[in-house]
Amino acid sequence: MTKSLNVRAAVVSIVLFLGFIGAWHLATRSTGSTAAMSPEYAKLMGLTATQGKSAMPGPLDVGAKLWDHLRHPFYDNGPNDKGLGIQLGYSIARVMAGYLLAVAVAIPLGFLIGMSPLMSKALDPFIQVLKPISPLAWMPLALYTIKDSSLSAIFVIFICSIWPMLLNTVFGVASVRKEWVNVARTLEVGTVRRAFTVILPAAAPTILTGMRISIGIAWLVIVAAEMLVGGTGIGYFVWNEWNNLSIVNVIIAILAIGVVGMVLDQVLAQATRLVTFPE
Amino acid sequence: MIDKFISIEGIAKRYPGAAGAGDTTIFENLWLSLPRGEFGCVIGHSGCGKTTVLNILAGLDQPSEGTVIVDDHEIQGTSLDRAVIFQSHALLPWRTVMGNVAYAVSSKWRKWDKAKVRAHAQQFIDLVGLTGSEHKRPSELSGGMKQRVGIARALSITPKIMLMDEPFSALDALTRGSLQDEVRRICLETGQTTFMITHDVDEAMYLADKIFLMTNGPGAVVAEIVENPLPKDRARIDLHRHPYYYALRNHIVDFLVTRSKGFVAANPDHDPLHVPVVRPGLAEPALVLSAASGAAATGAAVSAPAQLRAR
Ligand SMILES: Nc1ncnc2c1ncn2[C@@H]1O[C@H](COP(=O)(O)OP(=O)(O)OP(=O)(O)O)[C@@H](O)[C@H]1O
Ligand SMILES: [Mg+2]
Repeated sequence: MTKSLNVRAAVVSIVLFLGFIGAWHLATRSTGSTAAMSPEYAKLMGLTATQGKSAMPGPLDVGAKLWDHLRHPFYDNGPNDKGLGIQLGYSIARVMAGYLLAVAVAIPLGFLIGMSPLMSKALDPFIQVLKPISPLAWMPLALYTIKDSSLSAIFVIFICSIWPMLLNTVFGVASVRKEWVNVARTLEVGTVRRAFTVILPAAAPTILTGMRISIGIAWLVIVAAEMLVGGTGIGYFVWNEWNNLSIVNVIIAILAIGVVGMVLDQVLAQATRLVTFPE
Repeated sequence: MIDKFISIEGIAKRYPGAAGAGDTTIFENLWLSLPRGEFGCVIGHSGCGKTTVLNILAGLDQPSEGTVIVDDHEIQGTSLDRAVIFQSHALLPWRTVMGNVAYAVSSKWRKWDKAKVRAHAQQFIDLVGLTGSEHKRPSELSGGMKQRVGIARALSITPKIMLMDEPFSALDALTRGSLQDEVRRICLETGQTTFMITHDVDEAMYLADKIFLMTNGPGAVVAEIVENPLPKDRARIDLHRHPYYYALRNHIVDFLVTRSKGFVAANPDHDPLHVPVVRPGLAEPALVLSAASGAAATGAAVSAPAQLRAR
């Protein structure tokens, strides 16, 4: 039954996909040569006017260009012409740097806050104020203090991915079942060992859920951040191609952003599954 | 002098009441003692404070007043000497049966290597009859099996005292019976001092040497200590054939049904330090001695000659 459900779902997915591509193709195909005009004027107007071609690229254009990118993902012809792979690599590296920094801060801090009611109360107002700030609002401050656009982007990733992890860690740690903590207490397990043998495994699913939310937000934010700071990265690529009026490349970049985001999310989903325990 | 291995001395527990109102006293001036190697059972209605007493004894909770003395030392927090079997079994779900027991073993003997810990844990897994299920996780076990793991975990650290909070109340009657047999066998074999809370009169009669009857809260007191007149080598299946069975059972049930409610009002001069000890027998329940008056088993022997050999 489940198998047939999966098969049917796959068929529907493919039909929807083909339908979408077909509609896209029909909507953007050439409508044949339009009114005759002088060759110079036609040259000025470009293909759009001369062949009745839509300004919006069709799926075949995108497919051909995508094939190009896939064949040479890592070429480097100077600052404004780098392969898609290189640009994605820059973005992923920045996200990873900021994200891992956030993990290193949020999880220990979350443990501290979750295990200590005093720290929980003391730090709560700061967290409440800092949490709703859009990460991009930090950008000018970061650029001014750090004075390096790439590091500023990393900082912005750090600041946006820290909150879901911190809050989930605090929640996960504070809501570990009391009886499990009592088991550790009756066995005279010290605080550090208790943190690693009881609280960490018990809170791990919640912590990883927070990490999964964070990586999603980080990937959302990096595109915007790179549009602002420029230079390299997939966000800059999108902006640059927009300035080049290469809608084909913009579409391909959008596709690539989606695919990478999905992969990042699935990696953490898999990790969450590994630490989840049945009760 | 009565040997007081466990001695609860004048403990009280109060919770702050609603704003403005005074504190709620769950119980106060509660005295209770148990000699080494005996099985004590507390029985009382829901909410009278049994769990609170047990948690204080375990060190998981602090009394508002009074102290608890175990083996001549005032207790300070929890200890590996006092193992707790939790009502909800409290197994760590991410660890296997072996992992749960080994966690306790390695907590007690920090320097043992892995093989030694496992070998020791295995002994206790075998003892509770779970051989072959070592690698199962708690979610793959039945309720009775989980509780067995809890028992193995508690026993594996060879505690001076076992504390059990209604360990079998969530189990079906058959499983409960076989686990009671198991616990009784282990306690008799090892001479384990055990303190248990229960709602089940038959369970108390089968397992306990002393049954502490607690009145309803708030302001609960230990109304009476019932000495179990049934022979030490009693078997669960023919417990009810013993001549003292009904006397004992009726006495406890009477207390729970009628006397536990208005006990404090009906007995204004009840002295919590000298709680009456009774030993139901063929005739009317005989008042044997007062808890702290010190007279030993001679008094009991007079009223119940059949039990002479048991002690
Ligand atoms: N944190 C708390 N704040 C206020 N009152 C509490 C708190 N914890 C327990 N109590 C009260 O203490 C009383 C005794 O609770 P306890 O859990 O010891 O009862 P019990 O005898 O074990 O009951 P049961 O047989 O249902 O397990 C209850 O009336 C309960 O309302
Ligand atoms: Mg209780």
